[in-house]
Amino acid sequence: MVELAWLIPVFPLAAFALITAFGRRLPGEGAYVAVAGIIASALLSIGIFLQMLGHPTPYEANFRWMLVGQLPLDLGIRVDALTTVMLLVVTVVGSMIFIYSIGYMHEDPRYSRFFAYLSLFAASMLLLVLANNLVFLYAGWELVGLCSYLLIGFYFERPSAARAAMKAFITTRVGDVFMFLGILLLFFTLGTFRFEEIFTKVSQGALTGQTIGGLPTLTVAAVLIFGGAVGKSAQFPLHTWLPDAMEGPTPVSALIHAATMVAAGVYLVARAYTLFFASPGQEALLAVAYIGGISALMAATIAVVQDDIKRVLAYSTISQLGLMMLGLGVGGYTAGMFHLTTHAFFKALLFLGAGSVIHAMRTNDIKQMGGLAKVMPSTYWTFLIGALALSGIFPFAGFWSKDEILLEAFHNNPALFVVGALTSFLTAFYIFRVIFYTFSGTLRSHDAHPHESPGVMTGPLWVLAAFSTVIGFVGAPFLGNPFHAFLRFEGVEAVPFSPTLALASLAIAAAGIGAAAVVYHWKIVPAQALRRAAGPLHTLVANKYYLDELYAVAIVRPVLWIAWALRNFDVYVIDALVNLFGLAGVGLARLYRLMDTYIVDGLVNVVGYAVKGAGGVLRYVQTGRAQNYLLAIALGVIVLLATGLFR
Amino acid sequence: MGELAAFIILSVITLASAVVVVTSGNIVRSALSLVPTFLGITGLYILLQAEFVAGIQVLIYAGAITVLILFVIMLTEGGTGLRTRQVNEQVPLGMLAAAVLALILIAVFSGTEWPKASGSLPQYTAAPIGEAFLTSAVLIFEITSLVLLVSLMGAIIIARRER
Amino acid sequence: MQVGLTHFLIVSALLFCLGLYAVLTRRNAVAILMGIELMLNAANVNLIAFNKFTAPGALNGQVFALVVITLAACEAGVGLALVMAAYRNLETIHVDEINVMKW
Repeated sequence: MVELAWLIPVFPLAAFALITAFGRRLPGEGAYVAVAGIIASALLSIGIFLQMLGHPTPYEANFRWMLVGQLPLDLGIRVDALTTVMLLVVTVVGSMIFIYSIGYMHEDPRYSRFFAYLSLFAASMLLLVLANNLVFLYAGWELVGLCSYLLIGFYFERPSAARAAMKAFITTRVGDVFMFLGILLLFFTLGTFRFEEIFTKVSQGALTGQTIGGLPTLTVAAVLIFGGAVGKSAQFPLHTWLPDAMEGPTPVSALIHAATMVAAGVYLVARAYTLFFASPGQEALLAVAYIGGISALMAATIAVVQDDIKRVLAYSTISQLGLMMLGLGVGGYTAGMFHLTTHAFFKALLFLGAGSVIHAMRTNDIKQMGGLAKVMPSTYWTFLIGALALSGIFPFAGFWSKDEILLEAFHNNPALFVVGALTSFLTAFYIFRVIFYTFSGTLRSHDAHPHESPGVMTGPLWVLAAFSTVIGFVGAPFLGNPFHAFLRFEGVEAVPFSPTLALASLAIAAAGIGAAAVVYHWKIVPAQALRRAAGPLHTLVANKYYLDELYAVAIVRPVLWIAWALRNFDVYVIDALVNLFGLAGVGLARLYRLMDTYIVDGLVNVVGYAVKGAGGVLRYVQTGRAQNYLLAIALGVIVLLATGLFR
Repeated sequence: MGELAAFIILSVITLASAVVVVTSGNIVRSALSLVPTFLGITGLYILLQAEFVAGIQVLIYAGAITVLILFVIMLTEGGTGLRTRQVNEQVPLGMLAAAVLALILIAVFSGTEWPKASGSLPQYTAAPIGEAFLTSAVLIFEITSLVLLVSLMGAIIIARRER
Repeated sequence: MQVGLTHFLIVSALLFCLGLYAVLTRRNAVAILMGIELMLNAANVNLIAFNKFTAPGALNGQVFALVVITLAACEAGVGLALVMAAYRNLETIHVDEINVMKW
């Protein structure tokens, strides 16, 4: 079965091609074709997973595409434990979201195109995950970036959506530049792009002791590659695009910006873990951990003061991704990947639930909602499950994965443990704030008439809720932690389970929920008072630490200025130069015309006039009188005689 | 001596009359002046021992042609236009041409050594001329007569009044 | 002194040039014809003189002169007929008024 792994991206790619070519004429206007494609990939992924469970040897297949000089460029896939986990996550969560979209995007005029883009995205993401060399991975990386751009800007009539799409693309591009530099650095020092060869060489000490610009080569390469992850996973400082990306349709936010694409950065760090691990003093890993920690805490604080339900979830995603990076950074390879898996399910669930709410209320503002629990029970209960999973409450999925991360942090880097703990508290606080505003109490808006969403939307919600409940158990220590057995990194020992810490993390989460209830449900401490107490801190957080403004002034404006300057140079100097030649040509042509008219034609005319003049004068010789002619003859004869005589 | 005197008198007569012919303002006078010219030339012929030609000259020229000219003068308006200008504007150039030509000719004639030939003219030239016309110059004779016939007919046809 | 060939030649040259002058300068057509007659006569004098002084063996000069006289007569006849016809059509015998072929 694993030999057929190359088919996994082909199914959605074929769906994309079909929908692009035939669109509306396909069954369900292309939706069913897309769903069929992703489900086919999901089934194949499950099959491969089962096969890999029994025989955990990695599988590689290579296809030599072309030779660039001496360098061969291969298209190759690699199926190992990491790949299998990612395949499952992408295809299963993807299937649910595809099905959900049938209902959500129902009246949209560009329905077919949406599914085409979704299929293309699925194909690209699967490609990224299956790649066995950095170039192929980079290709998939760029493709998912493109799909993200297309899908964020799906409602392109809205200028805010168009701007958000551009912002996403350009910001991730900044990260991609660093990543490309890292790829090149690895290539020029090791001579290969393939993961297998790179990691083997590195573990055999190929780059030990090498420096570049005074810094250890390995650290530099690893950090550069991490740069791409920072962009794609929306970590500080390249996180500003993710909240704005909520302009896209909710299924897009669920699939791309919660479950899969943003997880690609985490996947990359996990894939290249050898590099990070082997960097001298493990400095690269530390960088990963700290950036993750900063992003986690910062985003969690911003999420507390957001009123747009999707933005809360966006910042939550940034925060959770930060946690994953934190986990990877402190040596918790398995913990980070485990959290990625569980997060995919419950974040997708939360987004789809939010989509259901938005669909019913036609607004994103939670301050306008309220009391929806009675009107939309399916949505309410599934959302609640998702929230509990996010907060890390036993027995839901998030508990197990977050606990593992905190465990690793506690043992390896206590400072980051504090960061993680604070983040957990805030996470629980903000998500339950949303729940209390949205589902409990009474409806605050007077225009909305909410009703439950159709079955095609609530069905996936329940499926994801089920996953969010049980999937945590694959990492449960009392079941032998099968996840760890399946996916781990050689050289990293997982920290043994500590019940005390588990209880502590549970307590932190519960405290968060309790605090939210105190402020928003039982209204013991009014929200207004809290805001006033926080004062300037509240303003800072509400304005997202003014980072967007900083970037606008420091980066965007200078770049635009340069662009304008270059444009003016092009128009006024280069074009002017070109036009000058044109004008010169025209001028020369005019000169030639003048010359032609007055000089050349003039010469010809002069000859004509001369002849005419001569004729005009000479005609008087023809007097018509024979005697004149006779005289001429006589004189001529005399002249002849004279010359003959005097010769 | 006598021959020279005769020559000079005859030449003077001829040339003087010719001058009158050429320069007279009265066309009738110039026509009539032709007669002494022709008669002078006749005398010159006789001096040159060509008495038959002289006779024919008088007959034809002084007799027929002069009369013919006078007829035409009378039949056309020439005789009445006494006050009209008789010469055109080419007089200076014409006089120049004539004078120069005369000079050239006289210079050539007087400067050339003419060959002296042998033999002598017969005393009475009429019979030999007749003989010559009918033997060695018979073709010229016949053609000349033909030309005479043609010109006679031609003159009649041209001068005929159109109907 | 002896009358030689040159004397006769000079006379004929003068006569010829007078005839030429008449042809070139006279307006009356008949006067022109008269000039032509003078020129012909001058030629005749030349012929007869040459016959006597340079080729007296034969009478070719005289025969030629006779022919010339005949032809002069014909030509005078036709010429004057032309003058008459021209006078009848063009109302004039002054040749410088006949310039139909002018520019």
